[in-house]
Amino acid sequence: MVLLNQKTDVELVGHLIRRAAFGEPVDLLEQKSTRSYETLVEDLINVDKFPRLNEDLLERHNIQHADEESRQWTRARWIYRMINSERPLEEKVALMWHDVFATGDSKVGNNPMMRTHYEMLRDYGLGNFRDLLLALAKDPAMIYWLDQQMNHSEAPNENFGRELLELFSMGIGNYTEEDVKECARAFTGWTKSQTIPRYPNGFYDSEFIFREEDHDNGPKTFLGETGNFNGDDIIDIIVKQPATAQFVAAQIYDFFVSDNPDEARIDEISRVFIESEYVISDVLRFVFNSDFFKESRFNKVKSPAELVVGTAILAGRHQTPYEYGLTKMATATKNMGQDLLNPPTVEGWHTGREWIDSSYLVERINFSSKMIGDLEAPGTSKILARISADRLTMTPDELLDECLSEMGKIHLKAPSRAILFEELNVTSDLTCGTEEFEQVVSQVLRLIVSSREYQFA
Amino acid sequence: MVSKTKSAKETNNRPPVFVVLQLSGGNDFMSTVIPYNDPHYFEYRKTVGIPEDDALHIDGGYAFHPSMGSIKNLWDEGKVAIFPGTGYPSPNRSHFRSMDIWHTANPEALSSDGWLGKTIRDLDPQKENVVTGVSFGSGLPRAMYLSGTPAISVSELEGYGLLTDLAGRQQRQAIKAFTRMYAPEEFEEADVVWDHLGQTGIDALTGADMLKTAPPAYTSSVEYANDALSQSLKGIAQVHLSGIGTRIFYAQLGGFDVHGAQIQTQQTLLQNVSRSVGDFFDDLRENDGSQEVIMMIFSEFGRRIKDNGNGTDHGSGGGTLLIGDRVKGGFYDPYPSLAPEDQLDGDMHFSHDFRSIYSTVLEQWLGLNPVPIVNGAFDQFENVFNL
Repeated sequence: MVLLNQKTDVELVGHLIRRAAFGEPVDLLEQKSTRSYETLVEDLINVDKFPRLNEDLLERHNIQHADEESRQWTRARWIYRMINSERPLEEKVALMWHDVFATGDSKVGNNPMMRTHYEMLRDYGLGNFRDLLLALAKDPAMIYWLDQQMNHSEAPNENFGRELLELFSMGIGNYTEEDVKECARAFTGWTKSQTIPRYPNGFYDSEFIFREEDHDNGPKTFLGETGNFNGDDIIDIIVKQPATAQFVAAQIYDFFVSDNPDEARIDEISRVFIESEYVISDVLRFVFNSDFFKESRFNKVKSPAELVVGTAILAGRHQTPYEYGLTKMATATKNMGQDLLNPPTVEGWHTGREWIDSSYLVERINFSSKMIGDLEAPGTSKILARISADRLTMTPDELLDECLSEMGKIHLKAPSRAILFEELNVTSDLTCGTEEFEQVVSQVLRLIVSSREYQFA
Repeated sequence: MVSKTKSAKETNNRPPVFVVLQLSGGNDFMSTVIPYNDPHYFEYRKTVGIPEDDALHIDGGYAFHPSMGSIKNLWDEGKVAIFPGTGYPSPNRSHFRSMDIWHTANPEALSSDGWLGKTIRDLDPQKENVVTGVSFGSGLPRAMYLSGTPAISVSELEGYGLLTDLAGRQQRQAIKAFTRMYAPEEFEEADVVWDHLGQTGIDALTGADMLKTAPPAYTSSVEYANDALSQSLKGIAQVHLSGIGTRIFYAQLGGFDVHGAQIQTQQTLLQNVSRSVGDFFDDLRENDGSQEVIMMIFSEFGRRIKDNGNGTDHGSGGGTLLIGDRVKGGFYDPYPSLAPEDQLDGDMHFSHDFRSIYSTVLEQWLGLNPVPIVNGAFDQFENVFNL
C-alpha cells in the first residue's frame, strides 16, 4: 500500500535507508516517503536532531555483561546500537572507519578501550577528517594497536607513522621512506596511560598522554615542508594532500556507493571533500543527493554486519533491551568473515566479492533463513499479519510481491521467482490464515534471504 | 636449476597432497631458527634474543625456538627442510601488500589470482572435484582464490551444511530451490559478482555433502588441543584421511606482528604451531596417511635484525619450512649473515625467492608446470623430496 501524500518514491527511500542506515521494513519506509528525499538525507546527516540511545536498560538487563568482561558483549553492544539507534548513519560511518582504521582486540585485549575506540569513530566519523585523524592518533586502543607507546624520541617506532600514511590517509606511493621516519619522529611522546591490571577488578580504560620530555623537538622535513613539527602539524599537512582527498573519496565511494571504483565519481567526491575543508557529513550530503548514488541500487555486496543487522531489523529482533541472545549476533558476523573489533590485519577486511566464499555464504544463508523464517519473530509475524490483512486468498505472485515489499521493497529476478514457485509447488491461490499459509510464507521468506539477490544492498 | 625430474605423483599411487600453514603478521624467523653461530646475533637482539641455554640446538650452531619441541623432533627424524633467507626483490614491508605478493606470486603488479587457485585449476582442469582445495579457518585466503575455480572454505567441520535448521521435506524443497537459484543456466545475464555468488553457492552445497562424510569415518588416538589452529589441522587430517581427494589444504594463524612483547607472544604462538603440527603428523602416521603429505610453513616477511627494545619491526628476508615424511631434512640455503655489510637496509638479505620454493613444490611434488603459476621460471632446489 502506498500512501497518497507520498513525496519520495518508496523504493528510493528503501535504497537510501539500506545504504545510509541498515534497512527497514516497508511500513517505516512508507512513513518516510511522505517527505522529500533531501529532508530525509538531512535527517540522516544531522544526527544531533535525535537523541543517543539510552543503554541503561540494556546494561541492567544484561547484568552478566555489564562490567565488560566479555569481548562478545562489547561487539554485541555495538550491534544493538546499529539495530536501534535513531542516528543510524553515525553507526554506519563508524563501521566504515573501523574497516579503514582497522584496530583489533586480538592485540589491544581490553574491552573498555575497544568501546572507547568505536565510540570515537562514531563521535568523530561524520565531522572534520582532520579532527578524526587527531582523535585517532590520541585513541588509546590505536596507540597500543600500532605500538605508539613505544615511539620514543631516542628510539622511534615507525609503526603508527607508517600506517597513518599508508592505510589511514594518503596510501602507498605518495610519500617516501624518509617521510615515514619524520612522521614517526613527530609523534614521539604521544602515548597512553598505563592500564590498571585486569585482575582482580576487571578491565579499566586508559587515556592519551603527551610526554613533552619524550618528544623529539628537532626540525623535521615532511612531504616537502620543514619545521619543528608535532603530531598535529603532521596531520594538518596530511589532510591537505590531494592524495588524502582521493583516499577518503575512494573509501566513501566504496562503502556507500559501489564495490567497483569509478575514478570520475571519486574525483567529484574528492573535490567536495576539499571544498568543504574536509567535512565528512558535507561529502555524504553530496553523495546521497547525487544521481550516481540513487542509481546504484543493489550493486554492493552486503558486509556481514549489514546483513546481520538488516535481517534482525526485518525480523524485529533485539529491538528491546529485554531480548536475550544478542551476543549470538556478534558470533554470526564473525562466522561470516567480519569479527567486529577484530579485523584480520591492520588493513581491515577484503570487501565486495570477497565477502562471498563458500563458508561465509553458508553462514549468511543459515543465519538469515533461521532468523526471518521464525514465525515467532516479531517482524516476521508482523509481515504475516500485514500481507494477509483484509484478504481471504492470495495468488502466489501476490504473496511473493507482498513479502518482497515488506522486506523493504527488494526484488527477485524473474528466474528466481519462477524457481521459487516451482520448487515450493505453489501454483494455485492460497487461503490466508491457515497453518499451511503460514508455512508457505515462512518458506518464501527463507528462500528470499537465501537468494543471490538478497546478498546485495 | 634442475631439469624436469620425476614428481611424487609418479612414485606413489596416492596423489601428493600439499598443506600450507600461514603465519600472519610477519614471523620473526631469527628467533624461529636461531643463528647462534653468527657473532652478531646477541649484539642486535639485546632484549628479544633467546638465551642459548633455553633453545633447542641442532647442527651447525643453529637452534629452534625453545617452544618448538615437536618440530625439533620432526627435524631429528630428518623430516624438516629449512630454507633460511626467503624473500623477493624490492621487499615490501606492508603486511597486506607483502601477503598479497606471496598469495599471488606477483611482486610486480596487483592481482587477484591466487597461486594455489591456479594450482587447483591445473590439478583439476575439468573441475571434477570441488573439494580439490579446502581451507580451514577464517575464510578463503586470496592464495586459493581464482575466478571460476572452486575452493572450499570451512570454519568448522562438525555441522557444516546448508539450511541446517530445516528438516525433512522443507529442507529438501529449500535446497532444491537454492540449487536452481544459484545455477548459471537459469539466468541469462552475466556479471562477475553474480556469477561468483552462483558458483560459490553450488560449490558450497556440493562440498558440504562431501565433507559431511569425513568426521564419522575418522578415528584417532591423537588428542589435538582446542585452539583454532589445532582444530584446523585436525579438520585437514579428517578430510585427507576420508579420501575425498583434496590435494591442497590451507590453515592459518595470526598474531606474529611482534613490535612489542615479543618474548611472551612468540613463545605462545610458536608453541601453538609446533604442538599442532606435531599432532597433525602423528595423526597422519597413525592412520597411514603421512607419506603423501607435505606442509609448508611461511610468513609474509621476517623482521628487522635489530630489536626495538621490546620487539622487532617489519623486516624483509624471512625463512620457510617444509615438513613431511618424504621431505629430506636439512638446510637448503646458507643462513644470511647478520654482519652490517651483508644486511639489506637493516634486514636479513634474502638468498632465494619464495617462488623458487613454490616452483620446487609445484614441479617436483605436485608434478605441475610452475611457470604459469608463479609468473615466471625460477631456480628450484634439488633433492628436497624422497620420491
